[in-house]
Amino acid sequence: MTSLPAAPPRWRRGEGLRALAWLSPWIAGVSIFFIYPLISTVYFSFHRYDMYTLEFIGLDNYRYLFQDARVAASARNTLWLVAFMVPATVLFSLALAQLVIRLKAGVSLLRTIFYLPSLVPMTAGTITFVFLLNPATGPVNHLLSLIGIRGPDWFGDPAWSKPSLTLLGLWGCGQLMVIFMAALLDVPRHLYEAAAIDGAGPWRQFRSVTLPTIAPVLMFALVTNVIYALQYFSQAMIASRVAQGSTDSPGSSFSPGYPDESLLTLPQWLFQVGFRDYSMGYACVLALLLFGTSMIFTLILLRQFRRAEEAS
Amino acid sequence: MRFVPLAVAAALLGSALTACTAGKEAGPSLGAQPKPSGSASQALPAATIELWHGFSTDAEVKAFEDAIAGFNKKFPQITVKATKGVQDDQITQAIRGGNAPDVAASFTTDNVAQWCRSGAFQDLTPVIEQDGIDVSVLPAVARSYTAFEGKQCTLPLLADAYGLYYNKALMKGEQPPKTLGELTELAKKLTVRDANGDIKVAGFIPSVQYYENSPSHLGPMVGAKWYNDDGTSAIGSDPAWKQLLTWQKELVDWFGYAKLDKFRKSLGDEWSAEHPFYHGKVAMILDGEWRNAMIANDAKGLDYGTAPLPVADDKPDLYGSGFTAGTVIGVPKGAKHPQHAWELIKYLTTDTTSLVTLSNALRNVPTTKASMESPDLAKDDNFKTFLDIFAHPKTTTLPATVNSVFNQEVMSQFMTKWEKGSVTDLDAGLKDVDKQINDKLKLSGG
Repeated sequence: MTSLPAAPPRWRRGEGLRALAWLSPWIAGVSIFFIYPLISTVYFSFHRYDMYTLEFIGLDNYRYLFQDARVAASARNTLWLVAFMVPATVLFSLALAQLVIRLKAGVSLLRTIFYLPSLVPMTAGTITFVFLLNPATGPVNHLLSLIGIRGPDWFGDPAWSKPSLTLLGLWGCGQLMVIFMAALLDVPRHLYEAAAIDGAGPWRQFRSVTLPTIAPVLMFALVTNVIYALQYFSQAMIASRVAQGSTDSPGSSFSPGYPDESLLTLPQWLFQVGFRDYSMGYACVLALLLFGTSMIFTLILLRQFRRAEEAS
Repeated sequence: MRFVPLAVAAALLGSALTACTAGKEAGPSLGAQPKPSGSASQALPAATIELWHGFSTDAEVKAFEDAIAGFNKKFPQITVKATKGVQDDQITQAIRGGNAPDVAASFTTDNVAQWCRSGAFQDLTPVIEQDGIDVSVLPAVARSYTAFEGKQCTLPLLADAYGLYYNKALMKGEQPPKTLGELTELAKKLTVRDANGDIKVAGFIPSVQYYENSPSHLGPMVGAKWYNDDGTSAIGSDPAWKQLLTWQKELVDWFGYAKLDKFRKSLGDEWSAEHPFYHGKVAMILDGEWRNAMIANDAKGLDYGTAPLPVADDKPDLYGSGFTAGTVIGVPKGAKHPQHAWELIKYLTTDTTSLVTLSNALRNVPTTKASMESPDLAKDDNFKTFLDIFAHPKTTTLPATVNSVFNQEVMSQFMTKWEKGSVTDLDAGLKDVDKQINDKLKLSGG
């Protein structure tokens, strides 16, 4: 014979309500800024919506996803950035941090020099970078020509445009460098001393001491940079516009992703579809695609992050 | 005290719900209110109306304020609160959010179709008819870019017309070309290269990526058609586009794409005093009538002339025509004082004095026949070219369509690939442009 569970004490019910009440600002925030937009996005994705009129069209927006040539192009570009720009930025920042902490003199000066570009407003930095790399008037190609190298059309050649953006990313990696510096300085010195006594050279010390110790920071850098790359928008849009010399005058049009859609990222295409064409329903499908991709990447990286934490 | 968090939660929820439903209240619609017409309109009650426009420079804003001052003489009880530098996105967002101004003006005609179809801008037809305004005082082309599916939801405020500018010193006594064949010949003749073959002076830059050389501006030179009667793309089936692209590619190839691109990228900003036309780097350019005002400001000593755009050799009857579009103005849905707004729009778009004031200050083309013929309109030879282009019966515009921005981008992107040599089969490429435009049209509901 089993007895009925006893009713929760009166004070516990009161506690529960109180906890719920204290949590309510968070619940309201998540509901308004996450759950509601997410549900709305799914809802609108089945509609033709131009911000004025709403019409249910079933799966038409999803079908159009497979007819839209620029989705494939923008997804390829975004994945390129994840595959190449993220590792390049992380490795370069780590290398810079290693260099700076090993120097005996001028550390503060170098740290400042490397950090300064990350303080430059992103729009100004991108415009300046495109001007510096202008194949006709930019100083970079001029300097290269002095040593007999014919510089490429950095932002005008589809083969060079994404590497040029990566260079821009490396130039502004000061913040990540500072984070790595803090992690590297946190590695206990006695571990290096013990490894040295055991005959480990610099590379072995880096692999067996430094990397395992800073693994959580490294994973953090990877996760945040992958998410950043998936959301990559402003620099690509600005570089594309400046390189094309495009204006927004009546009757003129701008081809997003110039040159040859090589700088068209998924968030850029989403913006274009939603806020230039006002095809909000289809833009919602693109948003869900981006959301799904981000979730998959984040889950994979977080799993790796946990493993790295356990290993360290 | 135990009720405090509950009260906070209730307040948050309440404010969130309020925020979700805010801005849904629509204002009175145009023509719905009893309205005294004609001269009795001055009996409208006192009100302050909001006007959003895209003009931003001091000179532009002053010109606009001068025109509004003329309206205030007629309607002293109406105060116009003008907001400058407003773009279409802001207008759309405001209408959507229920905070629309009473009057909104846009520099581009790209969104007219969407505004008309969705009712975001109110149909002016009832009040136009009520006030007995004869819209035939506007050229047919201006009527076509301000209306969609039978709804006249905007009116033209000022227009832009596109023609050819030429630097007289660089022309070496040559007359401006009238056909594409003559343009090619002259462009080659006037181009100067250095020992490495790099371009120093270009006779004409045929690249679609150069400033105003967009497909919509170039198309009228060959009489190219964008759409069929059912709204589907005509680009792949109209031989005029192929004619234009073939001509353009031949000239690009003569320059050498890489050389031309390098030269293009070395040129100054289109909107600054560094424009290459001012500095003798390009002999002939395609541009709008507003360039006259910019030259007057930034390159006072420049000896230049203007002419209609050259046309296809086999279509001489097109000569004298060109592309036109312009600023449009209307009453958004949700306007608080639609009748007052209409009076302002009527004044700005049909009053000859107002149009002439604006045109003389901004050097844009006035839109009514009376204003174009007004003795007060400042007409030098270079500006008159554009008045004639605007009034030419074969002058065309980009017909209003719900995907105007998308369609122009698709064509522009294709032409960029074409001139670079990335397209091997022109016919197949143009058919693909058709497909992209038609697929998008289908998605947008036809």
